[in-house]
Amino acid sequence: MNALLDALAGTGRSALALCQAAGQLALFGLAGLFHVLRPPFYGRMVLRSMLDIGYFSLPVVALTAIFTGMVLALQSYTGFARFSAEGAIANLVVLSITRELGPVLAGLMVAGRAGAAMAAELGTMRVTDQIDALGTLSTNPMKYLVVPRLIAGTIALPLLVVIADILGVLGGFIIATLKLGFNSATYLRNTLDFLETDDVVSGLVKAAVFGFIIALMGCFNGYNSRGGAQGVGAATTSAVVSASVLILAFDYVLTELFFSR
Amino acid sequence: MTPKLRVRGLRKAFGDKQVLAGVDLEVAAGTSMVVIGGSGSGKSVLLKCIIGLIEPDEGVIEIDGTDLAGLDRDAREAKRAQIGMLFQNGALFDSLPVWENVAFGLLARGAVARREARARAERVLAQVGLAASVGDLSPSELSGGMQKRVGLARAIAAEPAIMFFDEPTTGLDPIMGAIIDGLIVDCVRRLGSTAVAITHDMASARRIGDHAAMLHQGRIVWTDRAEHLLDSGNAVVDQFTHGRREGPIQMELRR
Repeated sequence: MNALLDALAGTGRSALALCQAAGQLALFGLAGLFHVLRPPFYGRMVLRSMLDIGYFSLPVVALTAIFTGMVLALQSYTGFARFSAEGAIANLVVLSITRELGPVLAGLMVAGRAGAAMAAELGTMRVTDQIDALGTLSTNPMKYLVVPRLIAGTIALPLLVVIADILGVLGGFIIATLKLGFNSATYLRNTLDFLETDDVVSGLVKAAVFGFIIALMGCFNGYNSRGGAQGVGAATTSAVVSASVLILAFDYVLTELFFSR
Repeated sequence: MTPKLRVRGLRKAFGDKQVLAGVDLEVAAGTSMVVIGGSGSGKSVLLKCIIGLIEPDEGVIEIDGTDLAGLDRDAREAKRAQIGMLFQNGALFDSLPVWENVAFGLLARGAVARREARARAERVLAQVGLAASVGDLSPSELSGGMQKRVGLARAIAAEPAIMFFDEPTTGLDPIMGAIIDGLIVDCVRRLGSTAVAITHDMASARRIGDHAAMLHQGRIVWTDRAEHLLDSGNAVVDQFTHGRREGPIQMELRR
């Protein structure tokens, strides 16, 4: 009986801790959004964060996109050839990249790279009193550290996804024309004929949401880290894992919103 | 005469642990108060409550006779803008060069343009014995003593009316500790500021403080002029200042 009660108590504690964390995250996000609208604004910090999140993530996102497009073309060819439907490869590649794989894979890569860096930087600032020091220098840490990253994440990821979309389609084009013997003009025409504005826009909206999630989770975990180097490490891990899971969950929710009829 | 800083009945608990159990403290304008106490006695919590980094559970904090809790947010921030703080480990922003660290408060308040801020930072660096060329270095390139000097320069750059020093000599050798203490005294006197320092370094306490107070079990148990630290006649203070194992202070040990 006692063992059963202990198990129930443990489950209850975990559920309460989860609710508490969700509440803290929601309040943190709302505080961030509130401060986005109120001066002072730190344009230099936004630009610096844009560089960190966008520009420096470009190589890893570009490589991921181009190889994903190449693999997609190759895999779909082996499947579609059985039904003599090779002509649909261009359609499949462009829709998969723009609607799903571009934003999701770019989001996961940026979560691993920039989200982790954000959590580590803010976590280190927390445990070395740098965040407290900001407060004594007439600077609101939420405005100075969190808001620029939220803005930068929301703007930079769609820009990265535009590049990822182009490179992903290029990867498919390279494999289709150089390896599978497709006519390059026909492949490009098929790609452009099937592509609609909604496909690109939905991917970019997803990217903006994912960028916000990455910045939010990186900042939330770093800002609230405790306990020295171990705490910073735990915050970094938590930032990447939670952002990755939320990206996949929100991908489903946004897909439902955009495409369910 | 209204004290520059007055703390009354300040209480703060973390879970079951009552860290501050009704702290009363007064610091007259233009004087220096040193708060001593053992590790974990709540000195840093007291400081963080006063400067607004931790919300106290109860109590009143007054600056120039004005209760900070009774002010709206902007007025409270304006009061706290009069405060400068030297953190225990410097807490320098490692993403910024030294000069931007020093001028951070000035730039944040929009008080000066960047070019003027740079010149001001170099002047303040000179006041703490650092060359202008140090301004271009990163904090990670500095020694512990230099980081303390830069932290002090940052704290005094906006010429605050009240200055707080959290363990200013921790981690420094005795000579560098004495140099930092001398700089603190010089800066406080030159600016005419009111200063509060927390420390468990007795030599530092006597060098910096006009007055001293002992924090023990969440309360101020003794206060007097700092030169009486070593002959206070108070059993708690005597045990602490002479570093005796036996006495009324029982260190919490986990077995």
